[in-house]
Amino acid sequence: MTSDPAPAAALLDARGIAKRYGAVVALRDASLQVAPGQIVALMGANGAGKSTFVKILTGALRPDAGHVRIRGQDSTVASPAGARRSGLVPVYQEPSLIPDLSVADNLRLGDTPVDRFRHWINELGLPDLRQDAMIRGLPLASLRILDLARALAVEPDVLLLDEMTAALPTDLVERVLAVVRAQADAGRSVIYISHRFTEIAAICDRATVLRDGLTVGDVAIEPGMEDKIVEMMLGSAVATVAGARRMERTAAQDIPRLRVQGLATGTRLTDVSLELRPGEVLGVVALEGQGQDELFDILAGNRRATAGTVEVDGRPMTFAHPADAIAAGLTLVPGDRAHALLMQRSVRENIALPLLAQFANWGAVPMRDERSRVGAAIERLQIDTRAQGEVRRLSGGNQQKVTIARWIAKGVETLLLFDPTRGIDIRTKRQIYALVRDLADQGAAVLFYTSELAEVRLACDRAVVIFGGRVVDVIDAADADEPTLMRAAYGLTEKAGLPERAEATP
Amino acid sequence: MAAVVERPSPTARAARLMVDYPLIPLVGLLILLVAVLEVMQPGIVNERWLSNTLKFAIPLAMLAACQTLAMLTGGIDLSVGTVATIAAYVTATATPIIGAPGAIGIALTCALAVGLVNGIGVAFARVHPLIMTLGTGLIATGFLLVYQRSVISTGTEYPAFLVWLGTGRTLGLPNGLALFVPFAVLILWAQRRTGFGRLLYAIGSNEAAARLSGVRVWQVHLALYALSGVIAGLAGLLYLGMVKTASLSLALPLDLPSVAAAVIGGTSIFGGRGGYGGTILGALILTVLATMLTLLQMPEGGRRILYGAIVLAVTALYVRLTERS
Amino acid sequence: MKRLIEANGWTAGLAGLLVLLLVATKLIQPDFGVSGLDNLARSALPFALATVGMAVVVIAGGIDLSIAAMMAVASVTAAVLMDGASDGQAVFAVLGVLVLGLAMGALNGALIVLTRVPDIVVTLAMLFVWQGVALLILNAPGGGAAPWLRALIVGGVTLPGVPAALTEWLPRGFVFLAVVVAVIWGPIRRSKLALMFYALGSDAQAAYRSGVPVGRVRVAAYAVCGLFAALGGLSVTMATGIGEPIPGPYLLASVAAVVLGGVVLGGGRGGVLGPILAVIVLRLVRMDLTLLSVDPNAAAIVEGLIMVAVVMFGGVLAMRGARHGSGG
Repeated sequence: MTSDPAPAAALLDARGIAKRYGAVVALRDASLQVAPGQIVALMGANGAGKSTFVKILTGALRPDAGHVRIRGQDSTVASPAGARRSGLVPVYQEPSLIPDLSVADNLRLGDTPVDRFRHWINELGLPDLRQDAMIRGLPLASLRILDLARALAVEPDVLLLDEMTAALPTDLVERVLAVVRAQADAGRSVIYISHRFTEIAAICDRATVLRDGLTVGDVAIEPGMEDKIVEMMLGSAVATVAGARRMERTAAQDIPRLRVQGLATGTRLTDVSLELRPGEVLGVVALEGQGQDELFDILAGNRRATAGTVEVDGRPMTFAHPADAIAAGLTLVPGDRAHALLMQRSVRENIALPLLAQFANWGAVPMRDERSRVGAAIERLQIDTRAQGEVRRLSGGNQQKVTIARWIAKGVETLLLFDPTRGIDIRTKRQIYALVRDLADQGAAVLFYTSELAEVRLACDRAVVIFGGRVVDVIDAADADEPTLMRAAYGLTEKAGLPERAEATP
Repeated sequence: MAAVVERPSPTARAARLMVDYPLIPLVGLLILLVAVLEVMQPGIVNERWLSNTLKFAIPLAMLAACQTLAMLTGGIDLSVGTVATIAAYVTATATPIIGAPGAIGIALTCALAVGLVNGIGVAFARVHPLIMTLGTGLIATGFLLVYQRSVISTGTEYPAFLVWLGTGRTLGLPNGLALFVPFAVLILWAQRRTGFGRLLYAIGSNEAAARLSGVRVWQVHLALYALSGVIAGLAGLLYLGMVKTASLSLALPLDLPSVAAAVIGGTSIFGGRGGYGGTILGALILTVLATMLTLLQMPEGGRRILYGAIVLAVTALYVRLTERS
Repeated sequence: MKRLIEANGWTAGLAGLLVLLLVATKLIQPDFGVSGLDNLARSALPFALATVGMAVVVIAGGIDLSIAAMMAVASVTAAVLMDGASDGQAVFAVLGVLVLGLAMGALNGALIVLTRVPDIVVTLAMLFVWQGVALLILNAPGGGAAPWLRALIVGGVTLPGVPAALTEWLPRGFVFLAVVVAVIWGPIRRSKLALMFYALGSDAQAAYRSGVPVGRVRVAAYAVCGLFAALGGLSVTMATGIGEPIPGPYLLASVAAVVLGGVVLGGGRGGVLGPILAVIVLRLVRMDLTLLSVDPNAAAIVEGLIMVAVVMFGGVLAMRGARHGSGG
């Protein structure tokens, strides 16, 4: 299903790549070609084999079959250092910087040319970065930029970016895209892994799509390619997603399930107030680091507020420990699956965990009750448990489902979802939206933070926009198109600057 | 991973089997060692030998239980040898004064106290268990030595019940089994079928996630190390009955082998994986190994080298196997 | 600036504590003087060397439970080689022991890397192995030590042309320690190798991605530890004049000193000066207790209590810091 023939003088040419882990086949016949000056998107649902493919390209793994050629030479890349020598430099999702060393020491460690590094740091929008800053103290967004600058400083022939913009605020995203485009204009190549169609449309020339370990398509980027690509990723014709969600709600009850007033903590959360009613899905939209992490942490009992109140069903509450929050019905699905899951344990143990947490439950486990609860949760979420044993063998989407399932098993009253669909394939995303809707219909209240603006209309009834630690706008789903949300997220609303409590609280 | 799963080769399937049921290769190793023993000295493997092996493996297996439980949470307890020694010594020296039940009561109370101190350090001050248990071991040793000075003239007496447990045989099997079998069954059941057991695995696997699910981790740590202390105390009492000597370093040589038994048995030192079943086999393997090395009539030095080399080889093999999955 | 204070605050605190203890010692025993310092230096020397070795390995993210056993091997090897040997041959003996230390440490490291078994387990197993080796070489204390070697750590420093009174208060033991550490660790600390140690201890995966040859660096860290273990064993023989095959209490002491010295057990942070000061503090405390005629067993209690108290305090501080920490 190739729309264009691969260019003859490919800079990077990977063909017929196959790889299996014991009995599981991760890649069957994957291929990718990148010509000089091209930006190629690498796309695929979770479980399609993307991460294995990337590891093979960057030398962290050897393929069972197939070859990778860089500039026509068979590249026997066997280590990150080797990959670098052959001109392919990756920037991974997790920053590759040493936490206990300074920026300068990290550069020295990696033999990175310092002036070129600084040039890129300025281009990418962090001119105030200090060389002696300790990595541990820098925010994630800065670290990702640092990683990118480091990669650019060695002038790679092929730059591989894995979800580069995932944790970045919009302003940095713009810079990154500009810089990436400039790389291509200068004759270098980029492999761009992302789930975000807007970015891919903005900078990529082509897209290679993986599904089930196979390259199923190599598509030129042109208007309307989104549907074609989604179809390729999902393997069957998919109707485009409908617009706004239904707006009807049960009549508003007097007492909101959750009411937050003037909540503040740390440096980033200054004054947030909101109300959440049973049966409602309230979206939270914010640029990186506007206080939403702290908000969710406080509600989950993981952090203390320095000011403000939290009321659950009309009663004021303070949480000293997540167990208190859970007792009040507030359950958190964290943004990072690594924080939420017991990777080495089975699906069942993960799901049943909250049921055992309290001291009263330390005794014998009621096996039958547990089995039925866990089974019900697995079924409701359609978790694919074919890869038996440890949870870490599951795909990202399934893992996310497990983190949600544990609260289903325990019983959901107020669900706090923090970016639950980050890095998840489309099919699973849809299932999660449907589930959230379902839970709300059954009376649960859901607080849904998302970094993907398009999701608001698909999953939420309303959305609050947080900027600078305050709620600056409240928007109904019908009006929540991306430009509106974007402007609000930047604080560009009429209400910005004067957060009157009466107006900010919906 | 991709959804497609092709039929694995026979060797791969064998490896998978060994990983999912890790006790099988351990039993195999044990049988192998016993076979080698028989070859080395034909006729040695008889009822008497079996009984003795079990007898000596039991205190090791009990101390190794402490290690297993602690290692499941990613911790370790290097004070078990000291605690066992203290319990034994206190019992032996206090029995002439206040009688066996009182002496045993005090001994176990001391053991519990040490365990609680460990638990407090790990649970509240977040001290690394390696350091904390080493430290309390050192402090406890000091107290023991001070205590020793004050009872130096009272003489020792070994409670009859403990001696029966430690040295007697019934139906050809050591009486220690009367204590050990219920103990082992309890631990084996508790680790998978109780909330507490599951929480040990959970905390060892991902403490942050456990906390977010409502687990008050400090409670588990406190309970764990307190329990470990009590188990070590019991082991010490049994050992006292076996050896019938009031020694200040009674169980210290068992300290490191208790860790080795748990490790050989497949419990990961990082936490979240393993179990007591393997540990029991590990203790048996080490005991048989010790017999083998004695038979070889090697100088002490050579024996130590072999012991260490075999422990390393077995764990390396185990790691190799678990990686393949 | 804040980081500088943070990094060195702990060490400065230890130095201050040491000074306080010295003053206290003088108060307890008014004629504590040159010979007292000399005793302190000689008793602390093997502990200090073991601590430096342990510190290096812990910084690189590992631990070596066999350190005391390696010291025993070095001690008996040196004693056997120097027994009845000439002064010249003794030099070769010393060199041989140092190379042996490097080899032992490197073997530990290589086994950890190749078998992928956790370091605690490997070094636990190697503890038995090295113990056995020591016993095979010498199954009872014995052997000898070259007199010139022993003189290196006995008494005060004398420099030609400088009046004795000026320098004699400084024990040779401390000078030996300082020189050895400076000569071996100094160049390493300034090099990229040390950076790689810290990187490995801080985040092994990020180090790998940054191009650090993780396996080789790990082996190097354990080799350095083995080298210092050999020096430690050598110093035992230098102090006693014979070789000692049974490992001394250096494992626990070195781990404690490393932690007290501000090195995080997970790796990536700290230095060697802190642990050295910590170990001297601990030995001085023990010495003070002996001078106060405290029961040596009670002294053990005190030592243990100090260790546990400091570590608990440090743990609480770390938690406090983490909570108010990086707002980033």
